[in-house]
Amino acid sequence: MSSEWPLWEVFIRGQHGLNHRHVGSLHAPDAEMAINNARDVYTRRNEGVSIWVVRSSEITASAPSEKGPLFDPSNSKVYRHPTFFDIPDEVGHM
Amino acid sequence: MYAQMVKTDAARVRSLDEMDPVERAFQERVDAGQKIEPKEWMPEGYRKTLVRQISQHAHSEIVGQLPEGNWISRAPTLERKAILLAKVQDEAGHGLYLYCAAETLGISRDQMYEQLHSGKAKYSSIFNYPTLTWADIGAIGWLVDGAAIMNQVPLQRCSYGPYARAMVRICKEESFHQRQGYDALMRMVKGTPAQKAMVQDALNRWWWPSLMMFGPSDDASVHSAQSMAWKIKQNSNDELRQKFVDQTVPQAKYLGLTVPDPDLKWNEEKGGHDFGEPDWEEFFNVIAGNGPCNAERLDARKKAWNDGAWFRDGLTAHAEKAADRRAAAKIAAE
Repeated sequence: MSSEWPLWEVFIRGQHGLNHRHVGSLHAPDAEMAINNARDVYTRRNEGVSIWVVRSSEITASAPSEKGPLFDPSNSKVYRHPTFFDIPDEVGHM
Repeated sequence: MYAQMVKTDAARVRSLDEMDPVERAFQERVDAGQKIEPKEWMPEGYRKTLVRQISQHAHSEIVGQLPEGNWISRAPTLERKAILLAKVQDEAGHGLYLYCAAETLGISRDQMYEQLHSGKAKYSSIFNYPTLTWADIGAIGWLVDGAAIMNQVPLQRCSYGPYARAMVRICKEESFHQRQGYDALMRMVKGTPAQKAMVQDALNRWWWPSLMMFGPSDDASVHSAQSMAWKIKQNSNDELRQKFVDQTVPQAKYLGLTVPDPDLKWNEEKGGHDFGEPDWEEFFNVIAGNGPCNAERLDARKKAWNDGAWFRDGLTAHAEKAADRRAAAKIAAE
């Protein structure tokens, strides 16, 4: 059996000027074939206007165990949300 | 159901008190409806059960192309042919979404193919029945995809993120499959008496195998109980089968067909149909590899894989050459 093709992560931009969004992954021998395959696997119903592919091995991900150290610090900073501040009604829309 | 009788390795379902703190934290997240993602800790049994279920599901999508592929070149009109082609292509796509979901659990694509081709892995019993007439193609869309939808809609809420997300994509596309099948049959029952008889014959042959898709009653199964505790499975086989019968019987009536079950009747008290028991001996026989088309399906699948080897090798060779050329050009430029 030939060696297994590398895995690619597929990102698709939908119709409406949105960001490219991760939709899934697939195997392909190179980037060009990955785009071709992504067209067939992930956009059979007009789901997109643009495709990005990136080798899965090129992605660096945060570890689930780092969730606390990474994200907990923002929990206590409620003042980052506009609703933290009470603005009197008389001031009008702000 | 595209995955039937999936084992869990569990002897019994353990309570939270019996679990160590890590497993308890995992089970509490599942109980709270949180999704489990690939790199997170999970019990080994949970991982193995998912690999079995998702790969079996993927194999079913891939092998499921074969009974229908049989009719692509013989579809009655160009439009029906284009529709069937699109449907069969969707099945390939569904297989690919699911293989990717399984790969996140640490099994490789080649390992899964090997398990399918060697006969070690199972796929749904339904695809081991032959498609004898064009009406069978309509019946597959209506009944087989209908039963698959019954099973797959709750799987969108499965606790394992990649599987649940693959199911969302699949369910969106599956409705087209069922409708195109029913549409083909609506057309045929309005045709000649011979065409209508063909539809009745298809229903007669596909009804019981469709009910078997949900698997035997699993109310007493420890595997089923464990899968439910892990939220890999949401409903019992009998619940889904009952829902399927209740939904399908009026659809058969609309087509002017008779469901081939003398025990079928409406039960006002339970608000559902009573119906007969499928022939489970036949089911276990088909699962064991002795159905009408088991050997043919596996041979066709292996032939497709082996006949495609030169093409896959060609693509690999092209990719390697192109990479070498890029590397050489880069060195020349420096």
